[in-house]
Amino acid sequence: MKNIKFLVVGMLFGIILVKSEVISWFRIQEMFRLQAFHMYGIIGSAIVVGIISIQLIKRFQLKTIHGEQIVVPDKIFHWGNVYGGLIFGLGWAITGACPGPLFAEIGSGFWVIIVTLLSAIAGTWTYGLLREKLPH
Amino acid sequence: MELIKQPWPWYVAGPLIGLIVPALLLLGNKTFGISGTLRQVCAACIPANISFFKYDWKKESWNLFFAVGIIIGGFIATYLLSNSGQVNINPHTTALLQQEGVKDFSGLLPQDIFSFSQLFTLRGFIFIVVGGFLVGFGTRYAGGCTSGHAIMGISSLQWPSLVATCCFMIGGFVMTWFILPYLLQL
Repeated sequence: MKNIKFLVVGMLFGIILVKSEVISWFRIQEMFRLQAFHMYGIIGSAIVVGIISIQLIKRFQLKTIHGEQIVVPDKIFHWGNVYGGLIFGLGWAITGACPGPLFAEIGSGFWVIIVTLLSAIAGTWTYGLLREKLPH
Repeated sequence: MELIKQPWPWYVAGPLIGLIVPALLLLGNKTFGISGTLRQVCAACIPANISFFKYDWKKESWNLFFAVGIIIGGFIATYLLSNSGQVNINPHTTALLQQEGVKDFSGLLPQDIFSFSQLFTLRGFIFIVVGGFLVGFGTRYAGGCTSGHAIMGISSLQWPSLVATCCFMIGGFVMTWFILPYLLQL
């Protein structure tokens, strides 16, 4: 039951994604065509709030509600960040959705996106299968 | 209530999404990210003896709860908190998309592309299935998606995430400007 709180945070995230139309294929098209500020505003202001929050957590050495030290693991660069990033970008512009919005679209009643999600899982599985042969 | 039912502007939605970063950290040292759930599903359901999927996925099962939460949130927002209707996008975008062959602008997604009746056409297959595959493959190869790299990664000032985010955008621009017009006309 300790995971229920993450379900609640996920719910709030899902509500925000729908209410701000981030899950809309049209909004993503508008973003990649540089014809609206909406998506840039959302991602940009989320990052600003994220940076400030993490700085505050560090400055005041805040602990988790269970009293643990908060640690943000370092990401180590590998070429997958580039190749995988480009591949994801191509897919993002087609589906108009990154993984979070895929889940929210299904909740919004776009049942066909279940197929897209299954296909994304297949893509992740294929990466796992080929991982050792891919350049990183 | 009327205010909640309107679409939310970026300066409301963006900061709220940003607050998920400290919320997950404070609730249990979890780093914001969604694409990891796809790996979790592979590890739980179809590990197939692949080393990448042999790990204790149950230890990270919080993100499956998070994903189910997103589905429920999507349901609540759409059926209880929305005056669902057309997305108010830039008319130039609408005009361009119309030229390129999109017909339905009545909802969040164009129904003339994303529907079961389109799934078995070449165009529908590319948008619904191939697109999804690229998202799943690419995010895992990149080590994260928009939430894990662009928001969580850059928020914690990690330069590999900035590189990944730039590549997301480059891939998206290339697709939208040079390839999508042909795909839409299939």
